Amino acid sequence: MQMQSHIMDSASDSSGALPVLSLDGITKSFPGVVALSDVSLSLYPGQVTALVGENGAGKSTVVKIFTGIYQPDSGHDTSGSIRVDGEAMSFPTAQDAANAGITAIHQETVLFDELSVAENIFLGHAPRGRFGLIDWAEMAQRATELLNSIGADIDPGHKLRDLGIANKHLVAIARALSIDARVVIMDEPTAALSHKEIHELYDLVEKLKSQGKAILFISHKFDEIFRIADRFTVFRDGQLVGDGRIDEITESELVKMMVGRDVSQIFPQRRSSIGDKTLHVGGYNHPTEFADISFELSRGEILGFYGLVGAGRSEFMQALFGITAPSSGKVQIDGQSVAIHSPADAVANGIVYVPEDRGKQGAITALPIFQNVTLPSLGRTSKNNFLRLAEEFKLTREYTERLDLRAASLDTNVANLSGGNQQKVVIAKWLATQPKVIILDEPTKGIDIGSKAAVHEFMAELADQGLAVIMVSSEIPEILGMSDRVIVMREGRMVAELSGDELTPETLVRHAAGI
Amino acid sequence: MLKRLIASREMLLVGAIVLLLALIATRFPAFVAPSNLVAVFNDTSPLILLAIGQMIVILTRCIDLSVAANLALTGMVVAMINVAAPGTPVAVILLVAIVMGTLMGMFNGILVWKLDIPPIVVTLGTMTIFRGIIFLLSNGKWVNSHEMSPTFKAFPRAELIGLPMLSWVAIIAVALFVIIMTRTTLGRAFYAVGGNPHAATYTGINVGRTQFWAFTISGALAGLTGYLWVSRYAVAYVDIAGGFELDVVAACVIGGVSIAGGLGTIGGALLGALFIGVIKNALPVINISPFWQLAISGAAIIIAVAFNARANREKGRIILKSAEHAA
Amino acid sequence: MTAIDQPSQNRNVPDRLQSTAAQRLKSWESLLLMVALAIFIANSFASPYFLNAWNLSDATFNFTEKAMIAFAMALLIISGEIDLSVASIIALASTAMGAAVQAGAGTPVLLLAGLGTGLLCGAFNGLLVTRMGLPSIVVTIGTMSLFRGISYIILGDQAYRGYPADFAFFGQGYVFWVISFEFVLFAILAVIYGVILHMTNFGRAVYAIGNNPTGALFSGIRVARVKFILFLLTGLMAGVAAICLTSRLGSTRPSIALGWELEVVTMVVLGGVNILGGSGTIPGVVIAAFVMGLVTFGLGLLNVPGIVMSIVIGALLIGVIALPRLWTMWKTR
Repeated sequence: MQMQSHIMDSASDSSGALPVLSLDGITKSFPGVVALSDVSLSLYPGQVTALVGENGAGKSTVVKIFTGIYQPDSGHDTSGSIRVDGEAMSFPTAQDAANAGITAIHQETVLFDELSVAENIFLGHAPRGRFGLIDWAEMAQRATELLNSIGADIDPGHKLRDLGIANKHLVAIARALSIDARVVIMDEPTAALSHKEIHELYDLVEKLKSQGKAILFISHKFDEIFRIADRFTVFRDGQLVGDGRIDEITESELVKMMVGRDVSQIFPQRRSSIGDKTLHVGGYNHPTEFADISFELSRGEILGFYGLVGAGRSEFMQALFGITAPSSGKVQIDGQSVAIHSPADAVANGIVYVPEDRGKQGAITALPIFQNVTLPSLGRTSKNNFLRLAEEFKLTREYTERLDLRAASLDTNVANLSGGNQQKVVIAKWLATQPKVIILDEPTKGIDIGSKAAVHEFMAELADQGLAVIMVSSEIPEILGMSDRVIVMREGRMVAELSGDELTPETLVRHAAGI
Repeated sequence: MLKRLIASREMLLVGAIVLLLALIATRFPAFVAPSNLVAVFNDTSPLILLAIGQMIVILTRCIDLSVAANLALTGMVVAMINVAAPGTPVAVILLVAIVMGTLMGMFNGILVWKLDIPPIVVTLGTMTIFRGIIFLLSNGKWVNSHEMSPTFKAFPRAELIGLPMLSWVAIIAVALFVIIMTRTTLGRAFYAVGGNPHAATYTGINVGRTQFWAFTISGALAGLTGYLWVSRYAVAYVDIAGGFELDVVAACVIGGVSIAGGLGTIGGALLGALFIGVIKNALPVINISPFWQLAISGAAIIIAVAFNARANREKGRIILKSAEHAA
Repeated sequence: MTAIDQPSQNRNVPDRLQSTAAQRLKSWESLLLMVALAIFIANSFASPYFLNAWNLSDATFNFTEKAMIAFAMALLIISGEIDLSVASIIALASTAMGAAVQAGAGTPVLLLAGLGTGLLCGAFNGLLVTRMGLPSIVVTIGTMSLFRGISYIILGDQAYRGYPADFAFFGQGYVFWVISFEFVLFAILAVIYGVILHMTNFGRAVYAIGNNPTGALFSGIRVARVKFILFLLTGLMAGVAAICLTSRLGSTRPSIALGWELEVVTMVVLGGVNILGGSGTIPGVVIAAFVMGLVTFGLGLLNVPGIVMSIVIGALLIGVIALPRLWTMWKTR
């Protein structure tokens, strides 16, 4: 591969500085999956290194290894190491990583809802007063200073649970800064922030750089990578595919390294044959999560829902599916009003939901494939409420073969499948119920590229067969490549409905970020 | 917001207790005489001590059903030591009681921490094992008042500034644990572990070890209370404090400790214990059969847990700007 | 991520890799069965009185009543909930029957009183857990005090006696030779619960809920309804056990069946049911019932006092879970 040359100079920066922190030939595997395979990564003082890769490329695993949550594989065939100032070290616990001066702002805020903002910032390293006791006044004082320094107007006395997502994220950033760290890891720090907050974050990154801190910056947004990064490292499928200085590479080269092929060909061609209106949603409201959601959807149509993380898309979909109760809202299917108080009601009325969180919500991973697939269809496979295993295997076979599921056997536990095949099980489960409307929430998040294409092709096929499809996605190429029409949400509200020529990356981002 | 919530919860309990006392006082004014209130507090002191330990355990998403059995076993052992060696100083007896209780708590804790066995299973099991051991040690016999030395019996009754020692022990324990829970790293770790174990791990807190310390504290307090109980009532046998673990859990639940972990204060546990203590002491005064006690405890647990659940109901993510801080 | 979907990309996915018979041979149940056999043989050597049909028949009374509750409790625990109030439900149901006798009721009314009280108590627990979303462990610790507390309020230190003669059949009657009514009922209930759990849609839902309540809800299972039914069944079984026990003892005191909740839970856990939910079988619970019955009977023959047996039961409860975990820790070292 032509990028090999970049790997050669990763031992030292062109300026001659040595890396503060580096991974050197690290492998990390989980049962059934190799998350990282012999990867290397170096962070230099006063420089921002962007870690680039698709979902599932292994970025989050790197963060967890740097912060002591995961331990890299050890053994005779893996001789990798974590090096701090060139010395091999290990971080058995998160505390050890913190002691080595490494701090991270995680993708999902891992904080404490029931504790105050100040304590969330200082838990584990609170200022001490007399007799070594925690000094709450000092803590509040320093919390205020920290929050002010990042332009966050938050009362340190508030309970964290009373804050919105963006403010929670700012608290997480303040926490990372409260540790006098040499290495700051930022895992998609701007995903949930508004335009103004993002620019304040960029200023902050500049400030940290000038203090000589090494920064690992993980982002999906190419504009910001080229704006603030000094170096880049690209992972694909758990492997290092290249690294180097950001000013020596173009955006298209970076994308190509990331996905391993030309981006334009990923999405299936669709014959657009939109039929009658089938779903009508009117005036959906919720006290804290979303407001004024109304739209219509036709057979054969794919309706995309775009927005930043935490824009309320999943929350609305779950209300539509009967998981949470909206404060008001009407649903009609084929002109008939239906009452949805539970997922069972939704399924009975032909609305099904493929959730984002496969392991927790989508599949029952400790049960075999066939039991997952037939769970909502047991009424059809059983006789007088008595199970008929032969019928269950028949139904499972019918739908898993359509999706080209790869597994050792149909009574393999779902936990033993790859992310992509788990997703196929969840989709097969719903197709077996013969639904009218299928909602797919981030359907390709965290699955390998091959399965991704299969899911996309299948989605197009479903629409062609007359199913109404709603697709929630945060990936712009996916939204653009798959949707007939797109609704953009911001802070719990619909802010735009786009189709045809209006569908460009720029319009999506502008509406989503409220610029 | 935080302070207001806690204040409201605790003020509510204070209000309930005052109302209860006022109601009783309308017909039996002697009940609210200072000397009787001191007696009620003294009587409730064992419950307060155990409730402190239980609250910390529940805070970390565990439960300790073995506290009463721990109390009884420790009580029996110190009573038998006293019979065998009447000259043993009270300080030594206190030390033995605390060490024994601590070891039993550590046993629970190690099973939860290292073997990852659900706390309810561990403590249901150790509850019967501890009781069984008392039988094996004592052969089912009682240690009666006349067998105990006067100094052994005197300690909890000794008065200091108008309060018996038993009450002082409870007061000191409350003060000590208020400081531990609000001003030390370990105290805050209990909250963190119960509030969000996942995030606690990211913060560098060892969840299992923190739970171990919670059980250890609970055991130590149970052991201490074991001596105080046996010396105060001047009797030790297999079934002392039988079913008392339910009162202890009730005190915590009434005091606003969330069984889901992460929520609760020493003040709440204290008030929950006092609420139960007032009812228990009032029943005979207002001529209600003591057979009502069990049902009242049960009803109090259910009402309190339902009340807690309403107060802490998941409000959902806050996405709409208008909803922020409005809660 | 690089997925390894063993044994690689097989396009013709078979239904099963391993026969169910092969899986069964390696199961907890077969291990337990061997333990039961070992105890049986040990007992027959330890005491000459053991291998006597009437003695063995007597021994079944040690576990039949508890096992009836354990079947329903097994389903409840597999679904991820627990009911610690079962022994108190027995007390309240028995008290209701005693009160009915005082009011001059005949046996049919007594049966209705027992079963009805059980159902009502189960419904009360179920409503608190499923409607109000309260944790079952605390709710049933509360109702454990409440139900028995009501018995104490009604009875105090008194006892109800004077049950009609034909009522004695349920706890003392024999259907055929040494086969008691209780044992027959135990066997029938074992089959019924085995069928419900292992052969019906309802049983499948119970497993799904226990493994992942959120996933089950998201799959369109009516989780709250299933759990409510399980609490009802558990209450009902406590009512059935109350009838048998009251009939056997011929009297009702508020302290009846004290501490049984622990033995029932132990029986379920010993039977291989995961206390955290999601897995377990009725055959396992049946064998566990026999194991506990045999241990109790054997210790009884050796004149070991009751409270010492409770140490054994407490140790069994912890040991059964701890030993396999210690074993894996030791092996992976």
